[in-house]
Amino acid sequence: MPFFKMSGVHAPHLKNTASMQPIRMDAPANVVIPMNMHIGAPAKPVVKAGDIVSVGQLIGEANGFVSSPVYASISGKVTKVDKVTCSNGAFADAVWIESDGEMRICEDIKAPVVTNFDEFVAAVRNSGVVGLGGAGFPTAVKLGVKDLSKVEEVLLNGAECEPYITSDTRTMIDRTEDIKEGIALLEKYLGVKKIIIGIEQNKPEAIAKMNGIAEADSRVSVKVLPSIYPQGGEKVLIYKLTGKIVPEGKLPLDVGTIVLNVTTLATIAAYIRTGMPLVEKCITVDGSAVASPKNLIVPIGTSIKDVFEFAGGFKETPKKVMFGGLMMGIAVPNLDQPVIKNNNAVLALNEKDAKRPEESPCIRCGNCVNHCPLGLNPMGFAKALAAKDYEELEALKVNLCMECGCCAFSCPAKRNIIARNKLAKSELRTYQMKKAEKEKEKEA
Amino acid sequence: MEENLYVSVSPHVFSKRTTQNIMLDVIIALCPAAIASVIIFGARSIAVIATCIICCVGFEALFNIIIKKKQTIADLSAVVTGLLLALNLPVSIPIWQAVVGSFAAIIIVKALFGGLGYNFANPAITGRIIMLIAFTDTMTAAAMPTIVDSVASATPLANLAAGEEVGASLFDMFLGLRGGALGETCVLALLIGGIYLIARKVITWHCPVAFIGTVFILSLIYTGSLEMALMYLFSGGVFIGAFFMATDYVTSPTTPKGQLIFGLGCGLITCLIRFWGSYPEGVSFSILLMNILCPYIEKLTMNKPFGGAAK
Repeated sequence: MPFFKMSGVHAPHLKNTASMQPIRMDAPANVVIPMNMHIGAPAKPVVKAGDIVSVGQLIGEANGFVSSPVYASISGKVTKVDKVTCSNGAFADAVWIESDGEMRICEDIKAPVVTNFDEFVAAVRNSGVVGLGGAGFPTAVKLGVKDLSKVEEVLLNGAECEPYITSDTRTMIDRTEDIKEGIALLEKYLGVKKIIIGIEQNKPEAIAKMNGIAEADSRVSVKVLPSIYPQGGEKVLIYKLTGKIVPEGKLPLDVGTIVLNVTTLATIAAYIRTGMPLVEKCITVDGSAVASPKNLIVPIGTSIKDVFEFAGGFKETPKKVMFGGLMMGIAVPNLDQPVIKNNNAVLALNEKDAKRPEESPCIRCGNCVNHCPLGLNPMGFAKALAAKDYEELEALKVNLCMECGCCAFSCPAKRNIIARNKLAKSELRTYQMKKAEKEKEKEA
Repeated sequence: MEENLYVSVSPHVFSKRTTQNIMLDVIIALCPAAIASVIIFGARSIAVIATCIICCVGFEALFNIIIKKKQTIADLSAVVTGLLLALNLPVSIPIWQAVVGSFAAIIIVKALFGGLGYNFANPAITGRIIMLIAFTDTMTAAAMPTIVDSVASATPLANLAAGEEVGASLFDMFLGLRGGALGETCVLALLIGGIYLIARKVITWHCPVAFIGTVFILSLIYTGSLEMALMYLFSGGVFIGAFFMATDYVTSPTTPKGQLIFGLGCGLITCLIRFWGSYPEGVSFSILLMNILCPYIEKLTMNKPFGGAAK
């Protein structure tokens, strides 16, 4: 096995809410449910203004192979179906629902019949579950393996390496049974012989709960990871748990591995038991501007304004609000943004924490290079980007950057490295596309 | 309230390390050597150090004003350059020459190349070399310690090169009681500073250990005696060069592997000049030469992308 010295950074933990059991939020007055809460084709709305919907009712059907259905998260009346700009930057259809305050459960909800692999994958698809750790990739596509003999192990991601966030921690503690059921499903329908649960060492309670599962099932093991960000990155986790390296352009399955987030698995298990699809999400509400940090279970589509209000409001004027953690979170310009499937935290920061420090010139200290978990060279990216040298960007493999933020975190000059990496990746893609087109023309 | 939210690309948290506090750490690490120079060479040391620091900061400030660039002196890098340059000068250096050296270091080597981060050579080292060539007499004058009665009339390295007795014991050499530049003589003080920098994770051990180790081993082979090898090691500017000049971020490689090669090269060139060159000392030249090679070392020793497909 090739050895790779994997680096990272000691990001602050700030797991203030780790011991707080999530509280179920009251139904908000209205929700906005986008159709593109996943990677792939947006779902197609199947309701129109004026329709009465109930919790768990299909409002958007999967539109293609890599897609995922969307369900109503509250009961009430559809007031509008229109375009919305989502926190992930996409512009797509969304369904506005005005609550009737009753949270009526849809009558069609019943546990799906699952007796074989195909039915299992179909159930996962119908559950509306996507990568809940943040990636948002439709889980049914991931699990719909054509050749099951290729699957050597399934890795359960409970690393939760981002500062503040504890929603996966709470899943492992409060929904241990769901995870256990999920593991049983994987063993039964995918024939998985080896399941490794990876958890960062700063979550003793979750580790104890998962150890409980491992003790009762010889196929399951728990591996405690050091609390070095980013243990939860997919390629990082695979390397840390199995020693396997996912080559460029390949998927985890190509090295015989499937990675599932613990909450993703728990949600699948719950759906197969009850038939209630993914309509709510446990999220951590925290940050230096938040009055009383807590974990909340919120209906998908709830505006973060309602979420913060329910959580107890702010103790200081919020100056930066984001979905996700401090390292990879997406800052949003207003509080109207709805909570989507793959959100696991909303943070609000005070003035002091919100302001990005000013950039100064690169002093070539090498922190970005030496802290990159994937062995990349952000210093080189910046130089090549400034020179518009796309061949060099290609050679430096900027495309492998997962934007984890270790480089920018450790940079003493506070360079806006992730912004440059994103730009470099996108410009390289454009360059490669143009190049491919030109070559095609030549051939023709 | 909602209209005034900051929006920026992730991450939203940063390490406490800044350019300014790195420079401050380097200044702190140089303090033992600066204090030792005052004890060893007397109060004139203070005048030389003050001149270089004030001139370096002043020239940088002036340059920024003239070209209408944002003021950069707050990053403290000019203070580091000034302090390092001063510690590389003999105590007897005429003040006006120190001013010229500061000008060369800050304006010619650093500012004209674009300021901090853009210079390809270490400003203090290059400033010293320019002075060495321009003011050979005063730069190579053996300034002797004032706290001991010294009969020697040349620096130990000049003695060694001429095949003469050094005139100082190894222990005196370790404490810095010998002729030489202000900050280069007291090995003890430099070691304290170097260990501080490594402990604070400002630098790693790779470059200094490779540099010092190479000089020691080559000297051992050349002289065939442990005592003489240590004499070579403690004389000249090996320690100040290895800990403070060869580790300059801007002009040295970034990966540990690159730093090892860089240190090795510095040690090798230092010894080549010392043993067979016409100058008694080769530390400055070795670092400058390796500065020039840095981009190539960097390219050859850069980390390999994780899972990157071969092209």
